[in-house]
Amino acid sequence: MGAIQNKLEEPVSDELKLVQAAKRGDDSAFEELVRRYDRNVFRIAQHITQNREDAEDVVQEAFLKAYGNLAKFQEQSKFYTWLVRIAVNEALMKLRRRKPERTVSLDEDIKTEDDSLPREIADWSPNPEQQYNQAELREILSKTIQGLPPGFRTVFVLRDVEGLSTEETAAALELSVPAVKSRLLRARLQLRERLGRFFQKRESGDGDQ
Amino acid sequence: MKCSEFLHELTNYLDGVLDEPTKAELENHLSWCHNCYVVCDTTKKTIEIYRDSQLYELPDDLRTRLRSAIMTKCQEHKKRGPQSV
Repeated sequence: MGAIQNKLEEPVSDELKLVQAAKRGDDSAFEELVRRYDRNVFRIAQHITQNREDAEDVVQEAFLKAYGNLAKFQEQSKFYTWLVRIAVNEALMKLRRRKPERTVSLDEDIKTEDDSLPREIADWSPNPEQQYNQAELREILSKTIQGLPPGFRTVFVLRDVEGLSTEETAAALELSVPAVKSRLLRARLQLRERLGRFFQKRESGDGDQ
Repeated sequence: MKCSEFLHELTNYLDGVLDEPTKAELENHLSWCHNCYVVCDTTKKTIEIYRDSQLYELPDDLRTRLRSAIMTKCQEHKKRGPQSV
């Protein structure tokens, strides 16, 4: 456990060194930050926008904005969390532009507490993902997450895909910790319910012993 | 503990942030309530499947192209001065 802890702590100070060098005008340090986080930003952006070209734009715009505002970055927070906040805002702006008829914000989609109570309880087959090949599985996962409201999939991707803590997610989205937890619960339950259609145990006993 | 109370704590349970007494209460509920057991287990699988899916990976060629575009724009920004972003 101790070794894992050290590994987690080390990149933070290393990250800070890169940020400080970039602030002094060292572009190769900034390029290293791009290298370090471009894949994460792309993944987050595509989860939110559900559009590849928009996600590419978000990656460029988020890093360019970070570069232009580096002097304003407060070093007591993590650069990555700050960058994620910029990227999420850019991604939500893309969505708003694409779907002007619908307001897109992190505060929408608040329905009653009961809306995500499980209606479907049926169990899944063991190793459900193995029923499909890689391409089919990605299609299923992509379609399923597309059906979630943007505010929910944003919280889900930051917490469960990117592994940010609840507090980091709250900071990046400027939401309270309880709001993050409530959205995360509903996102997880809704995804579970939707995936159930593909992963449920089949009547024939497929996958059953 | 009722099923709705279990569900309310599900995210905290899956994230491993509950105190021992609450965790024990939840696990007691799970030991006899099959529905909650299934919901808990399949929610955990949902998270794992997404986490392991490598959905939306950035391909290497696109990655190189984007990085080069970013650095070019950063340099243009530097030449124009701090007001331009």
